Amino acid sequence: MSILDKHKILEKNATLLLVFSFLVVTIGGIVEIAPLFYLENTIEKVKGMRPYSPLELTGRDIYVREGCYVCHSQMIRPMRDEVERYGHYSLAAESMYDHPFQWGSKRTGPDLARVGGRYSDAWHVDHLTDPQAVVPESVMPKYGFLKDRMIEPTHIEQRLKTDRMVGVPYTDEMIANAAADFEVQVDPFGDTEGLLQRYPGAQVRNFDGAPGISEMDALIAYLQMLGTLVDFSTFQPVASR
Amino acid sequence: MSTENKKHPDDVETTGHSWDGIEEFNNPLPRWWLWTFYATIVWALLYTIAYPAWPLISQATPGLLGYSTRADVQEDIQRFEQMNAPVEAELVRTELTRIPEQPQLMNYAVNAGEAVFQTWCAQCHGSGGAGVQASGYPNLLDNAWLWGGTIDEIHYTVSHGIRNETDPDARYSQMPAFGQILEPKQIDQVVQYVRRLSGQKADAALADAGAEVFANNCAACHGENGTGDQTQGAPNLTDAIWLYGGDVPTLTETVTNARFGVMPAWQSRLSEADIRAVATYVHQLGGGQ
Repeated sequence: MSILDKHKILEKNATLLLVFSFLVVTIGGIVEIAPLFYLENTIEKVKGMRPYSPLELTGRDIYVREGCYVCHSQMIRPMRDEVERYGHYSLAAESMYDHPFQWGSKRTGPDLARVGGRYSDAWHVDHLTDPQAVVPESVMPKYGFLKDRMIEPTHIEQRLKTDRMVGVPYTDEMIANAAADFEVQVDPFGDTEGLLQRYPGAQVRNFDGAPGISEMDALIAYLQMLGTLVDFSTFQPVASR
Repeated sequence: MSTENKKHPDDVETTGHSWDGIEEFNNPLPRWWLWTFYATIVWALLYTIAYPAWPLISQATPGLLGYSTRADVQEDIQRFEQMNAPVEAELVRTELTRIPEQPQLMNYAVNAGEAVFQTWCAQCHGSGGAGVQASGYPNLLDNAWLWGGTIDEIHYTVSHGIRNETDPDARYSQMPAFGQILEPKQIDQVVQYVRRLSGQKADAALADAGAEVFANNCAACHGENGTGDQTQGAPNLTDAIWLYGGDVPTLTETVTNARFGVMPAWQSRLSEADIRAVATYVHQLGGGQ
């Protein structure tokens, strides 16, 4: 009995065909996906990466809520033109605390993976309020309303805990201080020692220049952090990755 | 299969299936298709041997060709850097003021400078370099300069930036927020005086009173005549060029809360040759001194 004749058994039994089809797809999945979780070249450790501060995380949620990812990618590909325009190509580790990641697959606007520090806070406020005022050729919608929407760290502890459930290493200390860290990051005169110790390199200032903590503050805090955590003057790429 | 499956002696065999009397010839696959199919399978196998593919214990097989995306992009960048190296070295070696004397170098500097400008500067200064009127983003096309419009001054400003915290040599000056120093009445007076200085319509009585306020509070930086001082970035108040606006509400806001425009220090992001190129580009836009 040749193998082709045995194959008839599958072809004539719908349930069996379904089970075996699923089996084949599963094998494909295991071979292609499972190695990503243990191969050394996909889980490269990079110095400088840290979980997002509570304010940055809130800004990130606003970024996702407003659908910024629809037009802006956050992944600089390893190609000369991209590296020249946006800076060092993105590393997998730079998205390690992103749930979900913001790589994107389409650029109507520029890539934002390294937008941090590239513009002033005032520019971001001007630009988000009326993009065409500073970049006349832009097609970006206006986000001025963010400035009027005040936010409070009511649920920030739970937010951090949720991220911890999916693997972001927020410590108990970070969670206990979440609300305080959230508020102090926009207060240049506040006691920021704890914040900076828990989130090295966090930028502290009144981001939108207006009193109170608005969604604009959070979003700009997030944007100004993007791509700044890894110090590429000391980073040595491993060529095999 | 047996000949029972043939309807006529000349026919190929049928598959032996019959659906309501409809039968199917068992024609062989076209040879060209079959061999192409086999070739793709062989190609796929060779490909996984040549390029990184099979996951092993700690990393995937590196492939016989030793391909690496990272090495590839690094090589690509190096290749272009090497091609431009002689002209960039020349650009760095040549005194900034003497670049226009060498047409080929000047041509390179202006074109490279424009590319740098469009990538890094246009978002604030506009893609044509005209800034954003009355929003605090300076126009680079006119001959009014806050910190100096010679090629060397422009080069310094681009390298170190303005009022940033990343470069200790950044251009730095800070106008006090006079809202905490002067009475509201005095601010009204000095605003009218500044309007008169710049040749705009002003309330004569208030402006007269403002002259003394100006002399006591503003002249140290903006000069006795209000013509400004480029060594400390104090704008000339006598021309019709305004960074934030010369109308009464804007001037009042400026005097009350002061302004604090910033610019990044580009030497941490751009090479010396790039900075020299963009300085040359800006200098030749029209306002260079």
